[in-house]
Amino acid sequence: MANVVTVGIADLNVVKEPDTLVTYALGSCVGICLYDSDKKIAGLAHIMLPLSTEAVQNVDNKRRYADTGIDELIRDMVSRGASPARMTAKIAGGAQMFSVKSSVFNIGERNVESVKKILAANRIRIIGEETGLNFGRTVFFHADTGIMEVRAATKETKFV
Amino acid sequence: MSIQNVEQLQDMHLDVLKEIGNIGSGNAASALSQLLQCETDITVPSVKMLDFGDAVNFLGGPEQIAIGMLVNLEGDINGMMLYVLQQSFASRMTSALFGSPIEDLTNMNEMETSFISEVGNIMAASYVNAIASLTGMTIDISVPVMTVDMVGAILSVPAVQFAQVGNKVLFIDDSFVFGDGEIKSNMILVPEMSSLETLFVRLGVSV
Repeated sequence: MANVVTVGIADLNVVKEPDTLVTYALGSCVGICLYDSDKKIAGLAHIMLPLSTEAVQNVDNKRRYADTGIDELIRDMVSRGASPARMTAKIAGGAQMFSVKSSVFNIGERNVESVKKILAANRIRIIGEETGLNFGRTVFFHADTGIMEVRAATKETKFV
Repeated sequence: MSIQNVEQLQDMHLDVLKEIGNIGSGNAASALSQLLQCETDITVPSVKMLDFGDAVNFLGGPEQIAIGMLVNLEGDINGMMLYVLQQSFASRMTSALFGSPIEDLTNMNEMETSFISEVGNIMAASYVNAIASLTGMTIDISVPVMTVDMVGAILSVPAVQFAQVGNKVLFIDDSFVFGDGEIKSNMILVPEMSSLETLFVRLGVSV
């Protein structure tokens, strides 16, 4: 029986085939899907903010930030038997929910930039992306195929 | 002591915010009843500090479709107000004005969208005016920006803002009694902590 495992906001999880990961309603947050296709191990992190080093308080939850969240996701996947050298990434989210010109509201874009930098620093290639624009996204990540399924309220479902 | 995050607020502070909420919602209700030419009343709003996840669940779960209306506050108080309005609220409004309910929030026409946005504008302005006149503060509000999307995605905006200072949001739950039925409007207030402190000092509440 395949299970569907939910990843909350500022959280992460790792599963093996035939299970599926899901994270609901990404707004400016970014969902990072990492996959080892040999071992069919899938990991998903739902981060809220670009960098833990920018935080003045509340650094305790490492899964909240792109840098510390991705590090932990990689470690968790390795402990389940995945190899960083085989990992590929697909990312979704980072929308600007309200069209207001302000750095605060541009957090989605900054999240995406930060995620890309951190993945590059870990030599993990991004092979699929569904980011930006102005709408929320729910992401399903299937460990058997490595396919990222992106659903939105008023858009057609995409398979990346 | 200075207030660093919302979790430090005590019952006394919440009572003050509740009272402000009461006056603000009262103002909003009378503005709405003028607009719709229909008697509108409110029940005492509840003001809570909720975890992000609890706030999302309270509003129907992460994938529930709702209207989000965001207003920026500037001046003596800096921060943002986010209204989350459900389909039942929007539908009641358009029924009263145009005689036609809204079946599907993602499929509103231009006139409905602009009307709902105006309702949000009036509610936000009434609310902020209540705070301003009570405290003698100057608060400017931006024109509300509106989106229709998943509740989780809408709430990620204040959540990200709050994430830097705490895990909880200030959640104001209003019930308007409108004609023969009750409809709910929910507001999330994201003040800068220093602004909240200024507000309490102005009202003579120790922080």
